[in-house]
Amino acid sequence: MMYYNLIMLGKKNKLNYKKIIDIVETQSSILDLGTGEGTLLKLLINEKNCSGLGVEINQNAVIKSLEKGLSVIQGNLDEGLHMFSDKQFDYAILNQTLQSVQKPDFVIEEMLRVAKKCIISFPNFAYYKVRFYLFFKGKMPKSKMLPYEWYNTPNIHLLTVKDFFEFSKMRKIKILNSIYMQNGNTCNYINKNLANILSEEVIFICSR
Amino acid sequence: MKNTTQNKKIVSLQNYMLNHPFVLDSGEILENVNIAYETYGTLNKSKDNVILIFHALTGDAHAAFYNNENDRKPGWWDDMIGSGKAFDTDKYFIVCSNILGGCKGTTGPSSINPKTNRPYGLNFPIFTIEDAVRLQKELIDYLGIKKLIAAGGSMGGMMAQSWAIMYPQYVKGCIVIASTSRLSPQAIAFNAVSRNAILSDENFNNGDYYNQKFPEKGLSIARMVGHITYLCEEAMKNKFGRQFLSESSANKNYGFNGNFDFQADFEVESYLHYQGQSFVNRFDANSYLYITKAVDYFDLTHKYGSLYEAFKNCKAKFLIISFSSDWLFTTSQAKEIVDALVKTNKNVSFCEIQSPCGHDAFLLEFETQTKIIKGFLSDLESI
Repeated sequence: MMYYNLIMLGKKNKLNYKKIIDIVETQSSILDLGTGEGTLLKLLINEKNCSGLGVEINQNAVIKSLEKGLSVIQGNLDEGLHMFSDKQFDYAILNQTLQSVQKPDFVIEEMLRVAKKCIISFPNFAYYKVRFYLFFKGKMPKSKMLPYEWYNTPNIHLLTVKDFFEFSKMRKIKILNSIYMQNGNTCNYINKNLANILSEEVIFICSR
Repeated sequence: MKNTTQNKKIVSLQNYMLNHPFVLDSGEILENVNIAYETYGTLNKSKDNVILIFHALTGDAHAAFYNNENDRKPGWWDDMIGSGKAFDTDKYFIVCSNILGGCKGTTGPSSINPKTNRPYGLNFPIFTIEDAVRLQKELIDYLGIKKLIAAGGSMGGMMAQSWAIMYPQYVKGCIVIASTSRLSPQAIAFNAVSRNAILSDENFNNGDYYNQKFPEKGLSIARMVGHITYLCEEAMKNKFGRQFLSESSANKNYGFNGNFDFQADFEVESYLHYQGQSFVNRFDANSYLYITKAVDYFDLTHKYGSLYEAFKNCKAKFLIISFSSDWLFTTSQAKEIVDALVKTNKNVSFCEIQSPCGHDAFLLEFETQTKIIKGFLSDLESI
């Protein structure tokens, strides 16, 4: 599931890789959830001298990661991160995967438990183009970020920037930083409602 | 065919005999212990390009290549060991030795007891997997090796884990394939049936059968039971189906083809019979008793208090591989090892390979294993 995500997202994702690499401090320990073929994890290790472990559900993606010499554990995020101790990692990263897990709230709680900081990115379903698509076409929105048909999408828990803020408030999650992106470029919005309309994708850095 | 025989890589079995007594976990002492081993590739000057390979229950030191030009089959893991293969003999010096208690060169129940000048038989002391590992350590010391990568499937995976735990300074990489930190009660049950088959054979004679008829029936039944556990429902379905032996391609007679007697009717029966029969020609019944016992006793949780305690002092980077259809040493058992390693902050990778081949997959699914192991080893080289 996550494996296909990466293939389909292609170039777009590489741009967000750069943002995530910028955020992460050098020599951090990383837990990369839904690591796919390990591209981001490999970059973090090479460019930021990080130590890292990936978790990935898809066997072929796990093999691709292992071929890169990465440490990867095949596993299902929805089964939790019980094997990891509290605050074992500096960062837990969930890149473009939140919307495709069965239990997003549980996964986020587990990330907050095992890592000092969490980096969570997802496509924003409140992006104005997505809204227009639904409003004018009356069909489930498709875009570069959301390339699937309604019947084969792995994105079963689509959410918006506003949803995430609400969720964080409810669960007492501190949002340390938010990076709003449109067409791969970062945009700054003081107004959260504007961010909710104009961001195609968002990266949250949070902790508890 | 002649051309291919010219390309056969030949390897000879070597022997190292201890010049001191060998003390077992039980306190029993063995004298004149011999270790049979083979090596592939070249040991470098710093003696740090070593991979120690461990065989499974009924395997031996002959892991790869051929022992002579006329051999029809190469060693048991020849698909994985050789030039350019997963365990690349162009880079690594690979050592495989026969387990303590075995019957392929290393001292075991069929060896001559120096005290009596007769085969040990059941006078051979009960030993543990850890004993077998300590004996291998004698060989590694003799070869002057101080750093190695330990790798093995099934029982070999138990030995790989024990090496990483018992000699943390030596083991920089540990590859555990289709293995477990302890047998399930179900697996012990199958071993018990196998041992009972041997013990109740009319020729068993309390293990003292070396100068008379061997307990062939018992050993062959033990092997048949073993083979059931190495396959799985899907593998058997694919391999044999409900095919009758009489349904050969020449005699395509649809309908019921039973013989109406108790001879082997089905393909699967004939396969098991064949496996059982060919096994008695190459394996010793007493060795089967002793080694299965050692495997049954192997329990890292019990030995160290918890898996966490067992692994906490390891220095190795770990690779754990399981197979989806292996119900003898399951993925959930592999995950127990992975979880303990993660908890102790060890560097660990884990992959469950989708395979319809059951436990036997570690001997068959070499393409996927090769990709994974090569990646793992390449990262170890960079350390």
